[in-house]
Amino acid sequence: MPEQPYTADEMMTIAAARMVRNGATLFVGIGLPSAAANLARLTHAPDTVLIYESGTIGTKPNVLPLSIGDGELAETADAVVAVPEMFAYWLQGGRIDLGFLGAAQIDRFANINTTVIGDYHKPSTRLPGAGGAPEIAASCKEVLITLRQNRRAFVEKLDFVTSAGHLDGGDARAKLRLPGKGPVAVITDLGIMTPDPVTKELTLTSVHPGITAEAVTVATGWALKMAPALETTAPPTQRELSVLRDLQARTAKAHAGQA
Amino acid sequence: MAVIVELKQAIREFVRDGDIVALEGFTHLIPFAAGHEIIRQGRRDLTLVRMTPDVIYDQLIGAGCARKLIFSWGGNPGIGSLHRLRDAVEKDWPAPLILDEHAHAGMATAYAAGASGLPFGLLRGYLGSDLPKYNANIKFIDCPFTGERLAALPAIRPDVGVIHAQKADRKGNVLLWGVTGVQKEVVLASKRAIVTVEEIVDTLEAPANVPNPVVLPHWVIGAVCQVKGGAFPSYALGYYARNNAFYKKWDGIARERETFTAWIDRHVRATKDFAEFRRSIESVGKEAPKHA
Repeated sequence: MPEQPYTADEMMTIAAARMVRNGATLFVGIGLPSAAANLARLTHAPDTVLIYESGTIGTKPNVLPLSIGDGELAETADAVVAVPEMFAYWLQGGRIDLGFLGAAQIDRFANINTTVIGDYHKPSTRLPGAGGAPEIAASCKEVLITLRQNRRAFVEKLDFVTSAGHLDGGDARAKLRLPGKGPVAVITDLGIMTPDPVTKELTLTSVHPGITAEAVTVATGWALKMAPALETTAPPTQRELSVLRDLQARTAKAHAGQA
Repeated sequence: MAVIVELKQAIREFVRDGDIVALEGFTHLIPFAAGHEIIRQGRRDLTLVRMTPDVIYDQLIGAGCARKLIFSWGGNPGIGSLHRLRDAVEKDWPAPLILDEHAHAGMATAYAAGASGLPFGLLRGYLGSDLPKYNANIKFIDCPFTGERLAALPAIRPDVGVIHAQKADRKGNVLLWGVTGVQKEVVLASKRAIVTVEEIVDTLEAPANVPNPVVLPHWVIGAVCQVKGGAFPSYALGYYARNNAFYKKWDGIARERETFTAWIDRHVRATKDFAEFRRSIESVGKEAPKHA
């Protein structure tokens, strides 16, 4: 594979950012989703309303937050509300277009595990837990998920379903009367998967430049479905790369802090 | 009616072994000083409640104060795992920890129910999640009007609620601003509330243009204690920034039982208060390098 002038993580963040429609209201998770959401805001989607579960609405951070309630988020927000209000009036109230989530593990129907690896009562690895994700996944009109792709993360069967994707596929979400449409894309460091319109099984629709479909298959713990016309993701533009790198440089500097 | 007392006295008089205790603060204004005082006074068998147990609950759990944890996200934000929480859950050290695990929306609703004097909180939540399979405190009821299936959970009613705020006046009225999480709800839901503050002032006024100012009247608070810097290493908007370097350093301190215990013994148990704790951890960086 020829050397690319950008990293796989940069391609992932940029590909995820491109999925954000300008003007959308966005409920943002910390980490990779936050980087992608802010990149979108700083490039093609300046009117995007970023909302973090700490209660900050319409926030415009100059550096990426390390925690979900950093002072930077409060000081640059249009409004700051209490957490019960955030979840009740804004999320449950159906006001959010797009939920943007990360995950520790994901399955073929884009269900998410962030709770445990192994048995719940005697886990081999205890993960942080649900946070806001179950209701973000349920109540936002659409959901994007971004995470790195490998066989530890992309598994045949989740040990624990923390947040619902498309459950066991088909019209399972509608039967359960989940308000939102659920995940519409999973963006990784290798490519982009979208749910099949009928079965809702994740289907590889785009590979990032220099990545083969076989490499994505190898990094997936189930027999990944392929779109008949597999696309190649457009490489990062100079602007996307420079805005992302500037953002990350500012962030690293701001978080170095005192010991 | 709030009394203005030393933190040591407030913890001694308000927090008993076996109590349900909630220290809240959603990444902002986390009452670290109060948590340390609970460790120093050796409280045991607590049911700890907190939406986002982070470093302060890692310390309380590792120090053996907790029997049960009611929570919805337990991690070191932006860093990774809480090693003491994981050791308690995965290996029962220093004691087994019972989990009553939720999602944020559920916890927030249960706090609001507690503040409202209701027996349970109601939300459109947990649908499709495995959490209700493992937590008998998450139940579903049908809406009597539409038939919609909604989640119900018991109200959170702590024996003691603890928060940190920017300011109080001399009567004990409290002012906080910025990200205020569930601080109002936990104070109103708790039988006894302790508030630590950065400063006590004659006239309670928010600086101009601060986001989301909230006043809690003195008559819903039990004790107000001045502890300057009492939210360190979290932040107090308008006073000091989050000490991200400490959160990173905590990952190494908490990773092993021995390094954790040595740290807690030296910097928390062996110090008399939070100011001495701050001097104690700062002195570490100034020690002459040890030669093997």
